[in-house]
Order: sequence, then C-alpha cells, then structure tokens
Amino acid sequence: MSSKTKSADKLLFTSADWDFETLKATYDAIEDIALNELKLDVYPNQVEVITSEQMLDAYSSIGMPLMYHHWSFGKRFVRDDVMYRKGYQGLAYEIVINSNPCISYVMEENTIVMQALVIAHAAFGHNHFFKNNYLFKQWTDADGILDYLQFAKSYIAKCEDRYGFDAVERILDAAHALMDQGVNRYSRPEKPNLAAELKRERERAKYEDETYNDLWRTLPQPDQGDQDMDELKRKMRVEERRAQFGLPEENLLYFLEKNAPTLQAWEREILRIVRNIGQYFYPQKQTKMMNEGCACYVHYAIMNSLYDKGLISEGAMMEFIDYHSRVVFQAEYDDQRYSGFNPYALGFAMMQDIHRICVDPTEEDHKWFPDIAGNNEPVETLKEAWAHYRDESFILQFLSPKVMRDMRMFMIDDLSSSPHLEVAAIHDDNGYRKVRRSLARMHDISVREPDMQVVDVDIRGNRQLYIQHTEHEGIRLEKSEAEMTLGYIGQLWGYGVTLQAVDYESGEILHEMNYTPDDLVGN
Amino acid sequence: MLYIVDRRKNPTGKSLGNRQRFMRRAKAQIKKAVESTIRSRGITDISSGDQITIPGKTLKEPGFHHMGRGGNRNYVLPGNKKFVQGDRIARPQGGDSGSGGSQASPDGEGEDEFQFTLTRDEFLDIFFEDLELPDLLKKSLKQTTAFRNARAGFSVEGTPSNLSLVRTMRNSLARRIGLRRPKTAEVRELEEKISALQAKAEKRPNGKLTKTDEDTLHTLLADLEEAKRRMKAIPFIDPIDTRFNQFQQIPDPNTQAVMFCLMDVSGSMSEQMKELAKRFFMLLHLFLHRKYEHVEVVFIRHTSRAAEVDEETFFYSRETGGTIVSTALEEMKKVLVDRYPTDQWNIYAAQASDGDNYSNDGAKCTALLAQDLLPKCQYYAYIEITDEREAEIFAAAEGETALWKSYAPLARDNPRFALKRVTKAADIFPVFRELFAKNRAEAGR
Repeated sequence: MSSKTKSADKLLFTSADWDFETLKATYDAIEDIALNELKLDVYPNQVEVITSEQMLDAYSSIGMPLMYHHWSFGKRFVRDDVMYRKGYQGLAYEIVINSNPCISYVMEENTIVMQALVIAHAAFGHNHFFKNNYLFKQWTDADGILDYLQFAKSYIAKCEDRYGFDAVERILDAAHALMDQGVNRYSRPEKPNLAAELKRERERAKYEDETYNDLWRTLPQPDQGDQDMDELKRKMRVEERRAQFGLPEENLLYFLEKNAPTLQAWEREILRIVRNIGQYFYPQKQTKMMNEGCACYVHYAIMNSLYDKGLISEGAMMEFIDYHSRVVFQAEYDDQRYSGFNPYALGFAMMQDIHRICVDPTEEDHKWFPDIAGNNEPVETLKEAWAHYRDESFILQFLSPKVMRDMRMFMIDDLSSSPHLEVAAIHDDNGYRKVRRSLARMHDISVREPDMQVVDVDIRGNRQLYIQHTEHEGIRLEKSEAEMTLGYIGQLWGYGVTLQAVDYESGEILHEMNYTPDDLVGN
Repeated sequence: MLYIVDRRKNPTGKSLGNRQRFMRRAKAQIKKAVESTIRSRGITDISSGDQITIPGKTLKEPGFHHMGRGGNRNYVLPGNKKFVQGDRIARPQGGDSGSGGSQASPDGEGEDEFQFTLTRDEFLDIFFEDLELPDLLKKSLKQTTAFRNARAGFSVEGTPSNLSLVRTMRNSLARRIGLRRPKTAEVRELEEKISALQAKAEKRPNGKLTKTDEDTLHTLLADLEEAKRRMKAIPFIDPIDTRFNQFQQIPDPNTQAVMFCLMDVSGSMSEQMKELAKRFFMLLHLFLHRKYEHVEVVFIRHTSRAAEVDEETFFYSRETGGTIVSTALEEMKKVLVDRYPTDQWNIYAAQASDGDNYSNDGAKCTALLAQDLLPKCQYYAYIEITDEREAEIFAAAEGETALWKSYAPLARDNPRFALKRVTKAADIFPVFRELFAKNRAEAGR
C-alpha cells in the first residue's frame, strides 16, 4: 500500500490534459534522461504550442514558420484543409525545425502523453541528429536559417509590391520546378549568412544599371566561320567556352542565376533564395530514414526509462505504445496501405537492431558486424552512425540479415526486355547482400533523382542552352513534366533550350526535346 | 535551457496570402467549376454551395522526375510470403508496383482532379463576378449600406460633446451628499455669521467680544475652515461621475428591394416549365439579396384572374383557366401603390410565362407596362419558357407567341425591360447573365 502511494506521488501527470507546469516538469524529466543517460548533444530547445489551424498553416509552407508566399503553398493548404476536416488525414503531431535554438511545434490538443512523446522525439531525437550528422553540419546553418527565411520572405514581398504578383510568380514557379536541380552536390557551399546576403543584395541593387551580363560583352568576334577552322581549334574553342561558364554544371538554378542573359537583378536574387532553401532541405532528403529512426529510437528509450523510474503510469505507457506502434507500422507490399518503405518503421527497426547487436549478438551478427557485435555500447555505436552516415551508406553498412528476415524483404528485377518481373533475391543467405545493395540504392538520392547538367551554351549563335540528362539503365524522364520544366528553363534563360537524353553507357544521344521562346518562334 | 512559447494567440490564417494567390492562379478553372455547379445543382444549394473540383493540370508543379516504369531497375519490397529466388511475376497493370519513387502516373497527365472547399463568400463572389444590375448607379449611393446612429446606453468614456448632463449631475449629487460636501450656501452663511461677529467686535470700545461671542467665533472659524477643506477635497464633479451618451452604428434598412415574381400558372405551363421559372426567380432573389440589406418577394400568379399568393401556392398549387396577363400586371400595380412607394424601395420584377395570352389583352398589357410599371421599376425581366420541342418549331417558323409579340416593341425602346427565351435548365444561367450583364450594349439587345 505504501509503495503504491509513493509511486503515485512520483508520477509526472495523472490526467490526460496538460498545462504549462506539467509540460515543464515532463520536459525536465525527459531532458534528464536524454542528457545524462543517453548523453545526447542537442541545441537548446524551444517548444512552441500551436493550434491545429496553425499547424495546418505551417504544414502547407513546407513546415517552415516563416515562408514566403506562393500559390503552391495555398494549394497544399486547401487540400490538407479538406483532408483534415473530412478526417481522411490526421495532422502531424509535431513539426521540428533545424535551427538553433531548435524549435519544435506541438499541438494544443495533444494529450500530455503525446506531448511527452513529441518532446522526446523531436526536441531530443531530431535535435541531436540535426546537430551531429555530418550532412547537416556541412550543408546547413542552424544559427542563420530563421533570419534568412525572414529576409527571403520580406524580399519577395517587396518584389511583389514593386514588380507585381505575376512577375514574381513567374520566377518562383520556374525556380520551384528546378529546386531539385538547384543543389550543389559535391562542393561545399558557403553557408548563407544574413549580413553577407544583405550586403550582396545591396551591391546588386547598386549595380543594377550595370548588370548587363559580362558574358555577352566578352564574346569573341565572329571570325571566318566554323568551316575554316580545323578540328583542333574548334575543340579548343568548345573547351574554352565550357571553362568560361564552369561547364558542365549540375546546379541548373545556380547556372541560370549567374548566366541567364535577360534576368533582372531581383529575379536573380529570387533564384538564389529558392536555391538556398533547396540546399537547406537537401540533407533532410538524404537522411529521412535515419533521422526518423534516430528520433524513434530516442523517444522509445526515453519513454521506457520514464516508465521504469515510475514517472509515468501504466495507462500512459499503454497510450504511448499505441501511438508508437502506429507510427512504426510497415504495410506489406500487397497491402492496400502500402506506399513504399515507411522511414519510421525501417529506421526504428534498424536502430533497435544495432542496439541488439551491441548488447546481445548472435553468431550471425559476429560474422556480419565484427566491429560492433557485443561491444556493449549501443548508444555510443548509434551516435557514431548518426553522425557519419546518410540513408544509403547507413543501409549498406548496418542493415542486418535479421532485419531483412523480420521485414521479409525481397528484391525484384524489373527489366524492360522481360515480360515478367523476376524475384532476384530474397531474405536468405544468397540474397542478403543483393537485397541490401538494392535497398541502399533506393535510398540514394543521386539514383532517385535524374542526373541533369548544363553542358553547353551556343554563345556565338542563337544562345541556345544545352541541358543533358544522363540516362541510366534506360530510365527516362517523365515526358510531359520535363516539357513543362524545360519551358520554365526557357523562360529564365530567355532563349532556346535543348534537352538531350544521353545514354550513360554508350554516350550516344537517345532523344531530344526543344524549347523555343514564343517571341522567337517564326524567326 | 527550455523555452516554452505559447503561440496559440498568434494571429491565425497565416496562409491566407497563399490561399489568395492560389485562387488567383486557378481562377479560370474555379470559375468554370462554379458555373457548372450552378447549372447542374439545385438552386437551393447555391448559397451554401461550397465544394468544387477543378482539373489538376494547370495547378501542376512540374520538375524533372524519372518515369514510374520502363528501363531496367530493381527494388526491394517488404512482406514476402511465398516467393523464392528466380520466381517470375506478371507485371502489374496499375503501374503502382511500389517502384521506390512512383512519382507520376504513366500517361503523364499526372495529378487527378483537385478538390477543395470554397467559402460561401468566395463562391458567391465568383458567381456574381462581373454581374451588375442595371441602373444600379441611380441609387448606388443609397444602396451601399447606410448607417444611422442609435442610442446605446451610457458609457464612462466618451467625447465631451457626448456628455450626458443629467446622468453626470445625478451621480455627482449622490456622491456629494454621500460624502457630505458642504453646499456653497452653507459656507456663505458661515462667512456671514463670522463677519457679523467681527463687525460686532469693532463696534465695541475695547475691540473685543464677550466671552461667549468669542467662543462662537472660534467655532465658526473652525467650521468654515473645515467646510472649505471639504469643498476642496471633494470636487463638485469628479471624473467618476461623468457619463457619456453612447451611440451605435446600425445599418439603415433603406437599402431595400422588392422583387415581384409573376407567373402564368394556367394548364399550358407544365411542371417542368414552372421548375425552370423557379430557378430563375431564385437566382434573381439570391442576387438581390446580396445587393440589398433587405429583400421582399411578392408572388403573383395568374390564369384569367390574378392573385397575390405565398411561395408554396405560387409554385405548387394547380389552377385551371384561360390566360389574361394584364390581370397580373394590374395586381402588381395595386400592390406597388399599396405597399411599396418608389422612394423607399428598389423595385424589380420578373415575369415567367409560356407566352400564351388572350388575344385582345396584348395592348392592355403594353399600356400597363409602359405607363404604370416600367417607370417605377429598376428592371423588368420577362422570360419565356418553351418546350424544347416547341422551341424547334418556333425556330423554324419564326413563330412568336402572343405575349412576345406585344412585349418585343416595348423592349426595343426601353432599356429597363428585357425579354429572353429559356428552354432548359442549362439556359438559365447564361440568360441570367445576359440579362444583367455589366454592359448591356455588349450583351446584345
């Protein structure tokens, strides 16, 4: 009897409702576990309580609280609004922003158990990942992002005032279409820095009159013509030209921002804004599964620890398990609900599995993971992995036969030459490595997204821009979308654009698509 | 290390700007969707009508993406049940075999239709866009909602000009009595007594008062001092006494309109024709309701006699008899004179008929309209409802009904009078638009 009352005294909360005091006490208990038991390394936290309507607002602006205005966000909003009101779709329980301090949004209608889960998941799980993963460290600037978004928002609003909605919308539409191709994949970009951005913007405005592009002034005078030149000379000229433009260039937005001959200074600035935001999200796209896996592992560990210490009741634990199992549910391939691998499910399964390998390895684990099996340092091992891998490399390194068996993974070969699909490998000794490689490739963004490059500009002729899509394994671009996107490139470039699909193996041009601006048609 | 911020009080509707931009973008599609909604749906749904579907194509956000199928690829799926290595599976037809990305449907048309909810205001705005009633200018100043000040009790704050003297003084008096502030008369009385005593002293040879008078004087002086102190401490009017008249702006219902619905209910009008007429009337009502604070509707039906009836009877009860249109016009004239003086009401009339009329009645109708009704009306619309089959016959024979023949010349001279033919539900809206088109010159007739 006495022990029962004692444990009831320790409970952080007893009812489902929350208030700011219990929220604070719960946060403190969670923080204690996160910092002292798991030894996570996090940005300071800021938890913001919002209503469901505000959640819907934030939702539609790609999760950012301070996004500039664009109709596509409105489209997302009206759609989510309908879905939510009709009950087809719930709202996210939280949104977390990779910033310093790390901002997590929680909804007011969440129960206190849900708030605890969200704090553990977002404010510690994601937060730790944001602060430690190499991609985030390298590509994003958590200190500056909110300031930068504020700058972007007001800059675009100013442009709308000055140049009209239509002109700004035209640029933004085009820029959004190229957002995925607006990322520097291999070189390290400068972190956007508000002061520097503002200064650059001012300089741009100051030199607006002179922004006539250097490019065209430095054209070599037309000489005898191509026929008279020998092959070597022509080749050299091409090389020279490509060097001048830094071609080939995979960052299409960057190329257009710097080189499109007809753009105004403010239009270039907008391209830059979209490019910077695209760059900011680039690490998230590459680490979705790990990020969620990390957050799920952390919330699961923390909630269990809270329960073990007698800080939350059995009822609360049951409620948590209900939410948790819904989040990490993986539908099977023949299930109606199946829509690819659930990053939460796969991530959580892998993290738990690594934990198991460290603590309680089997014979098989010793064979597959000699480095970590039985090292008894599960959290340290996981933290290493969270810091140094992305989804693709993480799967290649850590996906164990046990997870493949548990999820009953199998690999399909889908060859255009064959009328059938073929099961290439399943979860058995012959198949583990193949399955693992294939799954890793599915999470490789450079495989998922088409390989696009600017390859040449015909500066001596009609200023035709040449873009190349390198086709791997005969996988083509979605045609109608590619046509529309090509149109957007043409709008920004101001002259004709050619899109060539080139086979990766043979280097031969497979097909071509052309865009001619309206005012040039008929010339 | 933790900050908890309560953002719930922040202004909501942050994405309103996005929503407006979206509406701008999809305007053409939304308008089309709204129009087809109006055409196909019952009129009664209109004022609440909300959900619309527009094709997703123009709202597409393209990008460079891989096709969902084709080429050589491999992928991993979860949930193997019976497959072993080397099994062959027929290629699924849907194309949604879960090929990792599966971004777009194979035919390239991409996203399906886009469904969302318009607010009532957005819906009606689109519905009425570039619709404007004729001669609206004439009373446009009145039609914008006028406000009038109405008393709305008293408040403790306000401008000096609104000070309510009676209330303020009542409070002041109560307070002064309650705090025992001496009246001016009492003070004066004390002062007089004192000066009387002092005068008395001067008259005495030694300039001094008797002992008793001396005491009285001291008491009086003390009293006077106390009284003056109280007067100073307790103001005559304190800010807490003040009361101000308060006024409220209430919309003045001088922006009112009456709409006359006239309809032939004789046997030749079928149920279907009445239904068409009903739609027209409702549309007109909806429109007037949006323009005016207050809209009254008068239903007049006629056969060979006319009567003012309620809506139910108007549309649904049957009546037999011949057709004399002028009776309805007479009835309208009577109601107008009795209840709707033109200086207070905007008068609109809509008449629906199949065009039959007693052969000698035409001239009388024309006269009534030209002399008595049209000068008072903002607008008079006549719609002639014909069977689709009949319409063909008329079109072939250039046949005109009796009523049309008598009305047509009138319409030529009078811009406030319009006539149109309607054969099916889908005609209603275009006709309605044309009748009330912003620029009637452009609309034809």
